[in-house]
Amino acid sequence: MTITITILSDHGSADVPAARTDGAGLWLRGNDIERATGWALKPEGLCRGDVCLPVPPEARAAHLRDGEADVAALWRRMGRPVVESEGRDIWVLGEAAGDRTAALESLEAPDFALPGLDGRVHRLSDHRGEKVLLTTWASW
Amino acid sequence: MWQALWDALHDKGLTVMAVALDEAEAARPWIEQAAPRYPTPIDREHRVAELYGIVNVAQAAWIDEAGRIVRPPETAGRFEAFRYRDPATGAVPTDAAARQDTAHRVYLDAIRDWAEKGADSCFVMTPQEARAHLERPTPEVARAHAHFRLGMHLRSIGRTPEAERQMAEASRLHPESWAIWRQAAPKTEDGFAADESFWERVRALGDRPYYRPTPMAGMPS
Repeated sequence: MTITITILSDHGSADVPAARTDGAGLWLRGNDIERATGWALKPEGLCRGDVCLPVPPEARAAHLRDGEADVAALWRRMGRPVVESEGRDIWVLGEAAGDRTAALESLEAPDFALPGLDGRVHRLSDHRGEKVLLTTWASW
Repeated sequence: MWQALWDALHDKGLTVMAVALDEAEAARPWIEQAAPRYPTPIDREHRVAELYGIVNVAQAAWIDEAGRIVRPPETAGRFEAFRYRDPATGAVPTDAAARQDTAHRVYLDAIRDWAEKGADSCFVMTPQEARAHLERPTPEVARAHAHFRLGMHLRSIGRTPEAERQMAEASRLHPESWAIWRQAAPKTEDGFAADESFWERVRALGDRPYYRPTPMAGMPS
């Protein structure tokens, strides 16, 4: 089925018109994959920055075809959670527990960008050179 | 809560980032009333909780000038005095209130020590100690955050019943997270996730803590 799909990932939120779902699969064109997830579809697999996650030749026929890829399958191959809405129109491409653990073990504080009430974006990395008490609160 | 600390320590190179694990409209009155001069970003999808392994508020991490975690997320000066309150009157016994005051004071003193002495502060953990106190996510926790994010997105576009199902699944996969549960939970008239289902969940803790114990000398237990 071809519908407009919203993809939520660590790259943000993106709407992809003419995405195709098929069984457990989510088929996107290469340029849409890059726009939605930050990962570029290359002949050898998915690449972002200088990191490439190769798709082994035996898996290519199942996950790649004609400039399209089943990103849900590729995500699951990387040990990352894939969660979809009941209408299959919103997909979360999540982060792997192992990747998060490795990042934390480095003790480099994970950066983030979040808006204040006025819409201004705050990044942890804006405060490099200062000590930061990074604390959490909520109204609830 | 943090403005006085920021006022006293900002000149010494310490800042506070108080991330609201919350929706903007729920956080707004609190921010407007406190009018903080430190940043208060809004994290409606609990991204910071996912990144740092945070399961409740107020948990805080210490990050040094080079962007390194020198104290992983921990309960920031809280003691669960509310669990000792008299169910009939709501009154908190004096000794529980005193322990709450102690937790608060010990934590603030530690931050002042860090601001003063930097890496030489005895409260700065070695990398080994810091790693030993990290909260490492399991695959279930990673999946829980994906369901939670979908739930919050569905909520924002008005698909409420489906949103509730996603949040329930998130909570089932990550039962340790009070942040996920309380964000999703029914609120009382004053906006707190503190109806009977909250107290039931607190009672189900039995001897386990609501706020995880802070690994810091002098903290009450």
